[in-house]
Amino acid sequence: MRNERLSSRIVPVLTIVAIIIAIWYLAAIWMNAPFQRDLDRRGNVTSTTMEFVGKTLSQPKPVVPAPHQVVQNVFENTFLRKVTSNRSLVYHSWVTLSSTLAGFAFGTALGVLIAVGIVHVKALDRSLMPWIIASQTVPILAIAPMVVVVLAAVNVTGLIPKALISTYLSFFPVAVGMVKGLRSPDLIHLDLMRTYNASTWQTFWKLRMPASMPFLFTSMKVAVAASLVGAIVAELPTGAAAGIGSKLLAGSYYSQTIDMWAALIAGSLLAAMLVTIVGIGGRVVDRRMGVQAT
Amino acid sequence: MTLLLRSGQGVLTLLLCLVALVRLPLLAPDAPFPFGMETTALILLLIAIGALVSFLPIGRLARVSVLLVTAHLAAWLLIGGISGNEGQARLSYFLLIAASWLLGWRCISELAEIKPSSRQFTMALRLLIPAIFGAWILILWEAITRGAGIPFILLPPPSAIWDRITGSLPILAADVRQTILKAVLFGYLVGCAAGFIVAILADRVAFLRRGLLPIGNLMSALPIIGVAPIMVMWFGFDWQSKAAVVIVMTFFPMLVNTVAGLGASGSIERDLMRSYASGYWQTLCKLRLPAAMPFIFNALKINSTLALIGAIVAEFFGTPIVGMGFRISTEIGRMNVDMVWAEIAVAALIGSVFYGVVALAERATTFWHPSNRGG
Repeated sequence: MRNERLSSRIVPVLTIVAIIIAIWYLAAIWMNAPFQRDLDRRGNVTSTTMEFVGKTLSQPKPVVPAPHQVVQNVFENTFLRKVTSNRSLVYHSWVTLSSTLAGFAFGTALGVLIAVGIVHVKALDRSLMPWIIASQTVPILAIAPMVVVVLAAVNVTGLIPKALISTYLSFFPVAVGMVKGLRSPDLIHLDLMRTYNASTWQTFWKLRMPASMPFLFTSMKVAVAASLVGAIVAELPTGAAAGIGSKLLAGSYYSQTIDMWAALIAGSLLAAMLVTIVGIGGRVVDRRMGVQAT
Repeated sequence: MTLLLRSGQGVLTLLLCLVALVRLPLLAPDAPFPFGMETTALILLLIAIGALVSFLPIGRLARVSVLLVTAHLAAWLLIGGISGNEGQARLSYFLLIAASWLLGWRCISELAEIKPSSRQFTMALRLLIPAIFGAWILILWEAITRGAGIPFILLPPPSAIWDRITGSLPILAADVRQTILKAVLFGYLVGCAAGFIVAILADRVAFLRRGLLPIGNLMSALPIIGVAPIMVMWFGFDWQSKAAVVIVMTFFPMLVNTVAGLGASGSIERDLMRSYASGYWQTLCKLRLPAAMPFIFNALKINSTLALIGAIVAEFFGTPIVGMGFRISTEIGRMNVDMVWAEIAVAALIGSVFYGVVALAERATTFWHPSNRGG
């Protein structure tokens, strides 16, 4: 039974991935061919079709790098270099990760605080909530470069400006999710707390907080992905020395396409890792609170 | 005692007024245009009246209107008096600003307690309360940046940003035309349409659905914005590359949400359709697509923001000399911060309008949905 479910889930995903990789290879050959043909004509080289295809897949600065080139680059820069080296992807990922985590922590704390305020103060609910929602229709990321440059002008550099942007991006999902979560207890439960003569504070800790946990972790997953995006974009404008964003920018300046794709892969792995960790954290908390695994 | 408890903000406001009275004048002694005696007295009087009225049992509407007038008139006088005296404000000035803010806060609390009788009144309240709150953010921003003389680069006052917007309308219009009307709209339409079509395909072919959905879910967590430099390299500096970024960014939310939405119709309804002997396409058009509308509109809303972000950020990687992202990144380099804020204000406005249009369209198409019924 279990085996069957595994195959019905894994096989389609693997097939689609295989198709994507095949399309990628074809695209690489097709997109790199004009340049290679030009190169061959200038060098007066005539090559068979197979040789030609081989060459399009091993250019140093291809338009579309082949998957194996990217994988090789990621592997080299992750495992074969010293972690402190400027070319190491681990180093760049760490720089991005640190500001992501700082921003995520601040953002989550801020989001929870705002949610607590909104749930308990009616005036805040009426006045602040519409603005929080409106703030999401604003392309916040557009101010990322400004925050970084402006703070650099008053000698605040390094982690804090990037973390600020991550904070801004990650507080919203947490705030909205927590408002929903803190309001999720049924009226009957709230009434029960009232019959126990529980104070607002006790109701909050013993009823609202536990009830909001599933909502918190769902929104934290969104928030952690958003704060990674924030950190990466914040690294773009500064000519920042390190980080996945600066690696992307440097790659685009010097046409180092393979480096660019490698940085993109590193960012994606980071995102997948962070979301998984938050997901596991959510499951652990769920189990501690006695939710039966289904 | 119960009288004092009735309005905590009122007590605090009166205390602040007293402290400010002791610590007069409002501006530093060498300020070029000091507040006149009468103006200062008027401001103090207004705030005191507002604070005292907040204790009176004269009916909520009367109290709210008095608070509304006194708080904003006082703030207006305070801000009006600071022009020419930037950076010269003293403690008492900020105390009075804080006092009038407390009155504004009191006004919002009173408004929030009102139980509206009619539907129009509810709507008006729903707009008025956030509007007052937003106005106070602007008032505090203006008063603090100009009163304390915060460096222009760090945070320009709203009035300067407004001046810049009205002063450089042609540039802003050209940027909007390049970024919004070309890149964002095209990318948004194509990306959403592509996501929708692939979702229908995935719905037809179960194998495709099982393969694509996990990948789509994964992709929506990834920093897709990182493909921007690659797209710029492939499609050149003009708007086509930005549209490509927008397409990639909007595709996956649409795909995932539409597939989820197509599964939303109940099995009873589907059985009913089968008993009517309706085919796949009939069921799709008459039952499942309408049922999927809330999900599809959710994706359209998410995408409206993503599209703006994608196009603006992609312009950081190379662009012709027009466009909102281009303007932001170059004016930053020249430290023209007010221009950057002007672009952001325009982007915010367009983002809100975009979202609003999608929300209105949702109201019109999914009027049957519980969240839209009965207001």
